Amino acid sequence: MNELALAIPWLGKRNPAAARWVVLALALGAPLIAMLFGKTWVRILDFALLYVMLAIGLNLVVGFAGLLDLGYIAFYAVGAYTFAFLASPHFELHLPFWLVLPLGACFAAVAGIILGLPTLRLRGDYLAIVTLGFGEIVRIFLNNLNHPINITNGPQGINMIDPLELFGWDISRPLKIGEDITINSLFLYYYVFLAFVVLSIILVQRLQISRVGRAWAAIRDDELAAKAIGINTRNMKLLAFSLGATFGGVAGGLFAAFQGFVSPESFSLMESIAVLTMVVFGGMGNLAGVVVGALALTALPEILRHVAVPVQQAVFNQVILDPEVLRMLLLSLAMIFMMLLRPAGLIPAHSRYSRPELVVGKPAPAEAAK
Amino acid sequence: METLLQQTVNGLVVGSVYALVALGYTMVYGILGLINFAHGDILMVGALVALEAIRLLQIYAPDLGLVPTLLAGLSISVVVCMILGYTIERTAYRRLRNAPRLAPLITAIGVSFLLQTIAMIIWGRNYHTFPQLVSTTPLEPVAGVFITPVQIVILVVSAVLMVALVLLVNKTRLGRAMRATAENHKVASLMGVDTNKIIAATFIIGSALAAVAGVMFSSNYGIAHYAMGFMPGLKAFTAAVLGGIGNLGGAMLGGLLLGLVESIGAGYIEDMSFGFLNSSYQDIFAFIILGIVLIFRPTGLLGERVADRA
Repeated sequence: MNELALAIPWLGKRNPAAARWVVLALALGAPLIAMLFGKTWVRILDFALLYVMLAIGLNLVVGFAGLLDLGYIAFYAVGAYTFAFLASPHFELHLPFWLVLPLGACFAAVAGIILGLPTLRLRGDYLAIVTLGFGEIVRIFLNNLNHPINITNGPQGINMIDPLELFGWDISRPLKIGEDITINSLFLYYYVFLAFVVLSIILVQRLQISRVGRAWAAIRDDELAAKAIGINTRNMKLLAFSLGATFGGVAGGLFAAFQGFVSPESFSLMESIAVLTMVVFGGMGNLAGVVVGALALTALPEILRHVAVPVQQAVFNQVILDPEVLRMLLLSLAMIFMMLLRPAGLIPAHSRYSRPELVVGKPAPAEAAK
Repeated sequence: METLLQQTVNGLVVGSVYALVALGYTMVYGILGLINFAHGDILMVGALVALEAIRLLQIYAPDLGLVPTLLAGLSISVVVCMILGYTIERTAYRRLRNAPRLAPLITAIGVSFLLQTIAMIIWGRNYHTFPQLVSTTPLEPVAGVFITPVQIVILVVSAVLMVALVLLVNKTRLGRAMRATAENHKVASLMGVDTNKIIAATFIIGSALAAVAGVMFSSNYGIAHYAMGFMPGLKAFTAAVLGGIGNLGGAMLGGLLLGLVESIGAGYIEDMSFGFLNSSYQDIFAFIILGIVLIFRPTGLLGERVADRA
């Protein structure tokens, strides 16, 4: 729970209990506040939660274990396409989500292991390039596996994916309570996603302070030393990879159900980079930072979209920078300036087992000795 | 057989472009131990700046003739890319030189996307037709193999540039300083080498090569696009790893080999996979090769350095 309090650093340090309540109230009340600005914002919040899950998963790989993964979105794609294959008219399969979601997570984990095996003996920068290539391969296959046998339906993607159904109750339909209160499905999705996010946070936090988490931190800070004290670095790295991928897989499944439609376009390199930026921006290795980073970097481009476009229209009589360009500009600048000016991120990691100053900011001992 | 020969020629042409880009990666990696993700995007900037320059020249100096126009466009783009390469090194990488590996790597990715975004703002999202100043109509076939004038120019220019680079690195004072810096920064600076200057020079030379590669790439395919740098960049990196990163000869060999494998593979992939895969999978060869090399010979074909595992 301390992680929760740290999401508001200035209050979290002085009065953790109050900070915790504020975070809790914000998390529960956010869609109501968003609703004041229109339904779109609730939708954006839903997507923000998916990004939070992705960022949590990637943080496990990059922040905890220090392995730079640039193809993370491929696992998201694996989860999403698993869901689309098994719960849509595409193959005439309609399996329930509590079966499909774990399956997607499993496939993603397996993909993580397959990707990890050949590369883990190597240094970090090679890993980055191989994962980058892996992400592209997955996208190439998704784009082209529509002939001679139609598996992925190519660039058109798969639509009419089954929505989430909890105990026979379809949450894509508005919920009616009594006569005149109806709850929009966007709200329902929000709370379902929130539940998943909270679960992930608890899981990852327990993991971080466990034996495994400490082993990851050791590997990240000095792999040779970690090996020397008896950590099975290969298995630990594989575990980080596959666990990180699992989160991606689950988020992908939720995304498919929520959107009702998947296509290769959603899994471009830009998205991998976006998630990485969220992790870097928030603070590698720190859960609260990562959550805040993901929320901020999902919301900011949307706010820009609603502010910058009318402003440009008013000033120049035309839209010079369209919202997608603004988003890319924002993400790339965030990445560069964060690394140059505040390498530990918005909310630097604090606890004993995650000291990012060893990852970034200060040369690692091995480096300094060189 | 004719397919094989034809694809070999095509492969050599593409491969020599990869080789030029790979040299930039390998030089920077050799000196800084950094994968310069933005290198592929410098290729893109090179192509687009040349495109813009040629367009303007064709409007304001229509009598200049084809070859002078191309040369002028090329020189402008080389100069722009050299300045760009220097600026990137100075602003984004220099401050992080002593930071641990992850930091400059992430910055490099950021720079790469920043360049793409800026190019998108300036040139839009559309594909631009690159003016075909050197003819792309095939000459008379020799032994059933078609080759275009632009392909011949690419082969010759890259061969000349590679020889020039090898001479520069091995015979000149600057080259010796570069090798010394790659060997050991601190000792090199104790010996009176201004390592900052040498590193900047490395970036400048690499960027110039990338600019030339970009112009050749676009001349060959006839298009230019804000995201065109990504794939050649990735493949050139693969080529550098294949040849042994940090090794100039390796980068050249790797580039040519990769071009050959890719081109021949694309010609035969349909037969090999019984019609299941087609040439739209061409791009995966690079990654398969990368995977195989990293598993079985991480130091690359000509690499002598033992992969640093710590």
